[in-house]
Amino acid sequence: MLGFTNEQIYRYSRHIILPDVGGAGQKKLLKAKVLLIGAGGLGSPTAMYLAAAGVGTLGIVEFDTVDLSNLQRQLLHRTQDVGRPKIDSAQDTINALNPDVRVVKHKVVLDSTNVMDIIKDYDIIVNGTDNFPTRYLVNDACVFAGKPLVDGSIFMFEGQATVYDAAHDGPCYRCLFPTPPPPGEVPSCQEAGVLGVLPGIIGSIQAIEVIKLILGKGDSLKGRLLLFDAMAMEFREMKIEKDPHCPVCGEHPTITELIDYEQFCGVPFPAAPELLEPELVLV
Amino acid sequence: MYHFPCYLIPDTYKMNRWNPTIINAPSDISADETFDLKGEICPYTFVKSKLMLEMMESGQILQVIVDNDESATNVPKSLTNEGNTVLGTEKINETDWMITVRKK
Ligand SMILES: [Zn+2]
Repeated sequence: MLGFTNEQIYRYSRHIILPDVGGAGQKKLLKAKVLLIGAGGLGSPTAMYLAAAGVGTLGIVEFDTVDLSNLQRQLLHRTQDVGRPKIDSAQDTINALNPDVRVVKHKVVLDSTNVMDIIKDYDIIVNGTDNFPTRYLVNDACVFAGKPLVDGSIFMFEGQATVYDAAHDGPCYRCLFPTPPPPGEVPSCQEAGVLGVLPGIIGSIQAIEVIKLILGKGDSLKGRLLLFDAMAMEFREMKIEKDPHCPVCGEHPTITELIDYEQFCGVPFPAAPELLEPELVLV
Repeated sequence: MYHFPCYLIPDTYKMNRWNPTIINAPSDISADETFDLKGEICPYTFVKSKLMLEMMESGQILQVIVDNDESATNVPKSLTNEGNTVLGTEKINETDWMITVRKK
């Protein structure tokens, strides 16, 4: 009756009440398939809010095991999970939160041989990785597959989020940063450190963008890079445009197949801020 | 005017403040669906009414029965907020109310 179990009506009542969600929107969420790349700092809040919202299928790509140093920010995992595969503790946390959610585990390191096959069954891809090779690989794969990529990154006290959707006139990651910087030119994440709450903000923003895309409501971050500075407690946004000369989504692409860059950890932030600064607008 | 959902109002504030606005439905009205929500409380009386309306066609008429003044006060307001037309809020016995609404 009513298309929901009685338990679901209670669980999702605060969504169903919303004029922009309703029963129809909640059913869209329950049918949606979202892939999370990484079950770490960003993936944790994204996964938990999407699970709580009743997103029906959550795929997770994660190969690491839980380390004590993860617990400062990665809320999917607990002290007792140290040493366990992150993907298993992520599944336990999600299922304990909402048994409506089907967790699909992809316990692999993403590379050019497996990424297309993994993303093909999902509606939306969410990036929670902290390294350049995966970032470029996932970007290119989403461009080739025509899937929206909800991107987020964090560094020390700053974070950013956007939606790349080259299939719908939006820019992709390479429109901004055509090639990765050479290894060694950027400090590694471990050296730089990160405020533990920061992924909570950015990952939650990614979760909101995913839900809006599923519902087809609101203005997404497509074409806008949202920048957050925790120290100044300030949000700013930058317009970002599709580059017709982009090597992967441009008019004459030079990159037509996936590339496995050498694995190194780095700061996924604008390498040339002076290049971007003039377009900054206060919000 | 914005109508605050009942779950945002503290319980202490709620006491004795439910005052359903009585509207007598036209006598020739015939419901396409009737929904017995006795035993259900706010906001679930509204949530379930809304879900029922979503399954009906525009212009069709739904009658819901609730057994508390809080729901009889709030459900018509919330249904109106969403653009539907409340045609009746009537007390049908000692405890129960019948709300008649036309889907937008
Ligand atoms: Zn591009």
